[in-house]
Amino acid sequence: MATKKRTLKASTKNDLITYAMLAVMFVLVQILTATGNISNLFEGLLVPLCTYSIMAVSLNLVVGILGDLSLGHAGFMCVGAYASAFFSVTFEDMIQPDWFRFLLALILGGVCAGLAGLLIGIPVLRLKGDYLAIVTLAFGEIIKNIVSILYVGIDENGLHVSMQNTSALGLTENGRVIIKGALGITGTPRDSTFLIGFLMLLITVFVSLNLIHSRTGRAVMSIRDNRIAAESVGINITKYKLVVFTVSAFFAGIAGVLYAHNLSSLTATTKNFGYNMSITILVFVVLGGIGSTRGSIIAAIILTALPELLRGMDSYRMLIYSIVLILMMLANNNEKINLFKEKISIMNLLQNKKRGNRLDKEANS
Amino acid sequence: MEFISYLVSGISLGSIYALIALGYTMVYGIAKMLNFAHGDVIMVGAYIIFICSTSLGVPAFVSVLAAILVCTVVGVVIERVAYKPLRNASSLAVLITAIGVSYLLQNAALLIFGSDTKSFSSVISLPALSLFDGQLHISGETMATIVVSVVLMIALTLFINKTKPGRAMRAVSEDRGAAQLMGINVNATITLTFAIGSALAAVAGALLCSAYPSLSPTTGAMPGIKAFTAAVFGGIGSIPGAMLGGVLLGIVENLSKGYISTQLSDAIVFAVLILVLLVKPTGLLGKKISEKV
Repeated sequence: MATKKRTLKASTKNDLITYAMLAVMFVLVQILTATGNISNLFEGLLVPLCTYSIMAVSLNLVVGILGDLSLGHAGFMCVGAYASAFFSVTFEDMIQPDWFRFLLALILGGVCAGLAGLLIGIPVLRLKGDYLAIVTLAFGEIIKNIVSILYVGIDENGLHVSMQNTSALGLTENGRVIIKGALGITGTPRDSTFLIGFLMLLITVFVSLNLIHSRTGRAVMSIRDNRIAAESVGINITKYKLVVFTVSAFFAGIAGVLYAHNLSSLTATTKNFGYNMSITILVFVVLGGIGSTRGSIIAAIILTALPELLRGMDSYRMLIYSIVLILMMLANNNEKINLFKEKISIMNLLQNKKRGNRLDKEANS
Repeated sequence: MEFISYLVSGISLGSIYALIALGYTMVYGIAKMLNFAHGDVIMVGAYIIFICSTSLGVPAFVSVLAAILVCTVVGVVIERVAYKPLRNASSLAVLITAIGVSYLLQNAALLIFGSDTKSFSSVISLPALSLFDGQLHISGETMATIVVSVVLMIALTLFINKTKPGRAMRAVSEDRGAAQLMGINVNATITLTFAIGSALAAVAGALLCSAYPSLSPTTGAMPGIKAFTAAVFGGIGSIPGAMLGGVLLGIVENLSKGYISTQLSDAIVFAVLILVLLVKPTGLLGKKISEKV
């Protein structure tokens, strides 16, 4: 064996910081829970925090790595949520133990959303820029729209699907209606826990970081930076884009499963699966720093918790949220503030010191 | 007869979409940004009319003028405060800021007017038209919407093509740098674009709420998204494209409401958009830009 490398690659170091941050968060939550210092409000927020972090990390793959603006990410979450909730309600008594059923639901939700991503990705990824954005938005809205008028029932003859009403299903006496149109799915077992949510987040981060540093990731980033140059060196643009888009949809589906199993009733509204949600997730990604997995998670956590923590101010909280959003975007793009930030940044200070040391060494030798 | 009735109300709805889409497409053409807050300017306009006519009791004509004035000011202020500092920032940064402005307008309206749905009294007092022995019934709102929209669109086209500020707008949208070198005040031109777009949105708000008389802080959101879709449908950046896209979208929506399913109409509209974009990736009248290597 050759001598072990002492220094880590910069990207590896960066990834380790991300994992360390997640570990610290996990331990912190565990300590707070164990000592009983956690408020009810915050405890209820734990699973949503994981859900939205997963959404942000997966959307970051499309927006940050693929460089395409997707406004329909919540649609994939919707597919995952409905597929898994349908599965869990149908097989609630048949598949035991609970954890095994939830595992199957997670896989099913992810795979269904991934398939949806693949099917939608094939036509959509041919488009560019704002046209791509509007088509993803359109697909997201179509998914939400169809799901909210869908009636699905089950009896001994198998599945019955209708788009009109419950009686059009033609169920036998033993039949059960599972998806009830605008009323959605009720009675989903509440299987989502912080532990599972956190594990899923960890898997999402792990896959996403490894994908970014893999051959596929480098190919995709080259497409993002210069499509024509990438094409001319023989990179199959459609294939690589599709891979990333599908993976991203898969994890959005997982987030959907967590979402569905955190509530006992599931309906599709503009707020949870419409473009509003897609845009909220996009805000996480952009404010966290496009392309930064760690930033996406931090922004998702802060921006999910912020409106809840401002609940004391009730009607003013969304107003404050929007003002904070505008001010942050303005500050981020202000030259003077950016220069000041660079001056005070710790990383920069450390690097300058290192560079100074190296210069000293070179001067000595 | 049924078909013609659906068609006429589709054209009416479509012309409202077209008016809103013009705001999207002009801003996109000139400032290269998606102004997501545009839909909420409609809502602001509608609330102004609501207050003017219910609390102050002024005539409908005056309240519409007041709405146009307020919306123009709101549009210009938004541009100056939130978008101008981001002129050289990435398009995503501007998009997120626009979303922030959209939230701001919605929540400000929520605080001021409350979340309950207000019933909007129509600003149009035209008698309904009955044709073919009452088989075809066209409401006054429908007729007024179509007439007003056509007049505004002709006026806008003339303004863009025949006047000096209009020429400046075309020049800026063609090439901002070159326009600046030719002595065009780019910032003033962009401000003018926002002013015109917002004024059109105010008119659209008056027409929309007269035809569908319910008003809440999120009234503008869905028509805004639809109009954005219409702008892309016709080729974003193209003014005739926005008009055509808006009207076609309204017709498709109303026909699918009438003949297929009310609940699925939104899905059908979006599906048509997707099909069109797959065949013509830059919209119906959009310019095809070839990439330089």
